Amino acid sequence: MKSLKALAHFLADSDHQLEVLQNDPERFPPFAQKLKEIGLMPLKPTGIEIFQVNMGKMCNQVCTHCHVDAGPDRKEIMTRATMQECLDVIRANPSLKTVDLTGGAPEMNPEFRWFVTELKRLNRHVIVRCNLTIILANKKYHDLPQFYKDNNIEVVSSLPFYTQDRTDRQRGNGVFEDSIKALQMLNDVGYGKPGTGLILNLVYNPAGAFLPPSQVSLEKEYKSELMKHYQIEFNSLFAITNIPISRYLDYLLVSGNYEEYMSKLINAFNPVAALNVMCRNTLSIGWDGYLYDCDFNQMLDLKIACAGKQHISQFDLQAFENRNIIVKQHCYGCTAGSGSSCGGAVAE
Amino acid sequence: MATNNYYNAEDLAKFGNISDFQKEMGDKFFAWYGEVFKESALSAREKSLIALAVAHAVQCPYCIDAYSSDAFEKGWSEAQMMEAVHVSAAIRGGASLVHGVQMMNKVKKIAM
Repeated sequence: MKSLKALAHFLADSDHQLEVLQNDPERFPPFAQKLKEIGLMPLKPTGIEIFQVNMGKMCNQVCTHCHVDAGPDRKEIMTRATMQECLDVIRANPSLKTVDLTGGAPEMNPEFRWFVTELKRLNRHVIVRCNLTIILANKKYHDLPQFYKDNNIEVVSSLPFYTQDRTDRQRGNGVFEDSIKALQMLNDVGYGKPGTGLILNLVYNPAGAFLPPSQVSLEKEYKSELMKHYQIEFNSLFAITNIPISRYLDYLLVSGNYEEYMSKLINAFNPVAALNVMCRNTLSIGWDGYLYDCDFNQMLDLKIACAGKQHISQFDLQAFENRNIIVKQHCYGCTAGSGSSCGGAVAE
Repeated sequence: MATNNYYNAEDLAKFGNISDFQKEMGDKFFAWYGEVFKESALSAREKSLIALAVAHAVQCPYCIDAYSSDAFEKGWSEAQMMEAVHVSAAIRGGASLVHGVQMMNKVKKIAM
């Protein structure tokens, strides 16, 4: 399977995605209007604490729901020079307490280990969004669990379900089996085990056109099933809603689920979730150093609304904390039901 | 779906409107309904599968629509959901067949 970009698919162009999303404003009221009704427009940051770095679009997997349109054919990755600019910003801004590394598969960036080591020198909490299969993809990655442990990194890993069928349908054949092996390797070095302080969190996202169930209930099932069948332990489960952009948007359109899914998101709009959306305390940095309100806005090429200050080289925390966050129709994905963020539900 | 039908998919979303004609009873029904499906001695997940089976027993297209989605969302597999439908069908079939005993009793009574 190839990325939308490699296929020259019309949805590879973010403008086309936005056109699809902004169709039919009568049936699908503008998200900004919903926020206005609850007094949240313009949406403002509450204080930027999380510095989320997208280290590149290269990935060993090609998942059907991927909002990044990542894959082995994507070559855009962050350079050491841009990482150095990120480090300089983090050093100068102590309020940026957490650095969240994502991709693609961030580990495929040849400067990944250098960057992590430098971040730890700055004494920041570092999260890596690890797709699990990367650990087994090549011998050079087999020691990643030990590397994570040595640097006391929080590992957040996607496991769309605790059964093979649903996981492989979304992420590709063989992904479940490799993910289980990788989780066992992480457990072996202490991740997810009580008393080690090594945090291993899992991410659920629906394998289809539906919303996640209760995060609390699902976590119980994951814990019980993964322990029963594979003796795997982990800390918390984050239930994440699929955002209707990129490959997931393509899936919705091709499968004839788009309208029903959008209606579901809109009908499930939750003002409490809207109050707690992650873009209010996060800043997203693209592989080329441009700045965004979140990883989804990044993939839609919606740079932050700060004229002349849209690149890491122009970082201005005070200006960013006073900016208006850009909202579009895809934002309904973060405010439906219990809400959704990179840390799971926000209103449960 | 054509609108000139006894059953319209869009009507499922209007279920709550039944309170428009009888508010007190409608409100009580929905409060009770909500309570029934909460996590309790049975999990919300287990209740969803029961609801799916019952939906097939009562052959309610709205309920089948709602609980096919709900049960799948709550993590039941296609095979598990179909087994639940078989349970429903088996009880329905069995309910007819067990009355065969009544038929047999009657025939045995009147036959020489």
